[in-house]
Amino acid sequence: MQSKLVVDNFSLWFSQQQVLDRIALQIPANRVTALIGPSGCGKSSLLRAMNRMNELMLECRSEGDVQLDGQSIYRVDTDLARLRCRVGMVFQKPNPFPKSVYDNVAFGLRLQGERSHRRLDEQVESALKQVGLWSEVKQRLHQTALSLSTGQQQRLVIARAIALQPEVLLLDEPASALDPISTLKIEELIYELKASYTVVIVTHNMQQAARISDFTAFLNQGRLVEWGETHTIFTQPTSQHTEDYITGRFG
Amino acid sequence: MDTLHLSRHISSQFNEEIEQIRNHVMAMGGLVEQQLHQALQAIANADSDKAQRVIDNDRQVNDWELKIDHECTRIIAKRQPAASDLRLVMTILKTIADLERIGDETRRIAKVALESFNTEQQDLLVNLDNLGRHVWQMLHDVLDAFARMDIEAALSVYKEDKRVDREYEAITRQLMTYMIEDPRSIPKVMNVLWSARSLERIGDRCKNLSEYIIYLVKGKVVRHSNESELERNARS
Repeated sequence: MQSKLVVDNFSLWFSQQQVLDRIALQIPANRVTALIGPSGCGKSSLLRAMNRMNELMLECRSEGDVQLDGQSIYRVDTDLARLRCRVGMVFQKPNPFPKSVYDNVAFGLRLQGERSHRRLDEQVESALKQVGLWSEVKQRLHQTALSLSTGQQQRLVIARAIALQPEVLLLDEPASALDPISTLKIEELIYELKASYTVVIVTHNMQQAARISDFTAFLNQGRLVEWGETHTIFTQPTSQHTEDYITGRFG
Repeated sequence: MDTLHLSRHISSQFNEEIEQIRNHVMAMGGLVEQQLHQALQAIANADSDKAQRVIDNDRQVNDWELKIDHECTRIIAKRQPAASDLRLVMTILKTIADLERIGDETRRIAKVALESFNTEQQDLLVNLDNLGRHVWQMLHDVLDAFARMDIEAALSVYKEDKRVDREYEAITRQLMTYMIEDPRSIPKVMNVLWSARSLERIGDRCKNLSEYIIYLVKGKVVRHSNESELERNARS
């Protein structure tokens, strides 16, 4: 199986504190990889390492490398704006801009220099259709995005990310603030998205990881404890730490 | 024994549910074991009252199966068990289905004790009793292995089944000779043969139970594999 992203012996520090310790992990293309682990284990930091978002924090230092399609993203001449277009990200709480539904999705495209109204219309519609939001919002494209429900807002934010046609989507607990039905819609969306994108998702919800991911990586205290096919991790994990975590036992 | 740390969930309620369901499986197993023991005694002592009690008590075995089945469903719905918890629930579901079938076979055996045998035919029942004791010991050992999650004990039950099969073949040969020599005895001897067959089937089911224990503890599916593969998987 082809790897889209390769995390190669990657370590990360915030100030003096080490948050990731020599992580080695391969993210297969067109598959969903779930990162699970207790709070503070470094899973979100690992996710942000995949499009260099950690560097927005002060006093961040890293060692090792992350490669996208075999090319290091940690080279000094990496174009960060371009990298983050290729590796898009969606956060825990939906964060639409205080603009219209249309402008939210068109935002990144305009930033990239797209001026043609016809092409913008096409791409906005296509992105909204991909996330299953088009039929719900087509009558109110020019109303503020803040009027949408939380579940709709989260799908809108995913539409905003995929409008830029990224290759990889990083999702940081995308459904944790949503009700069960909206969660299922997001999960269904993730399942559909993997045909076109490589998805990496951080989740605290074990059943969600079991339902939607093809591969699961379990992190604890900044280390990668176990990585493998999801069905193996959830039926016969190798490590007792993984077993204790996914079955809710005292470690 | 808690090889799988089944009592170490953060949720004490889940620990209690698991403890309870395991106790129920042991209670069901104990009842089936007792039923088999009494059916064998009923044959040996030509005790038709006891045989009738075994037949009547089979309903209790069935009730246990339904109850435990329901408890498993509830755990799946409420807890969405994973890893060893999931394997435990799957193992229990399969185990109680086999135990229930062992109960059915036991009832068939007990029916033989309702018949009357003449002195010559009593000899046939002695061999049946030997096979019965052997199988009863297997059942006892496999339930013990389940309680202790003991792979080695499960393996030795698994191997025991071959000996039971050989004993069954010997009995079959002997009964056939008997029928050839005295065709009038055929209806009675057929009943003994069916009982021997039931005992042999109970041995097979004990073997199944030992395979489930290996799956539970090791996470490896060893059904339909040969003995050396099974041993390798169980001990790896």
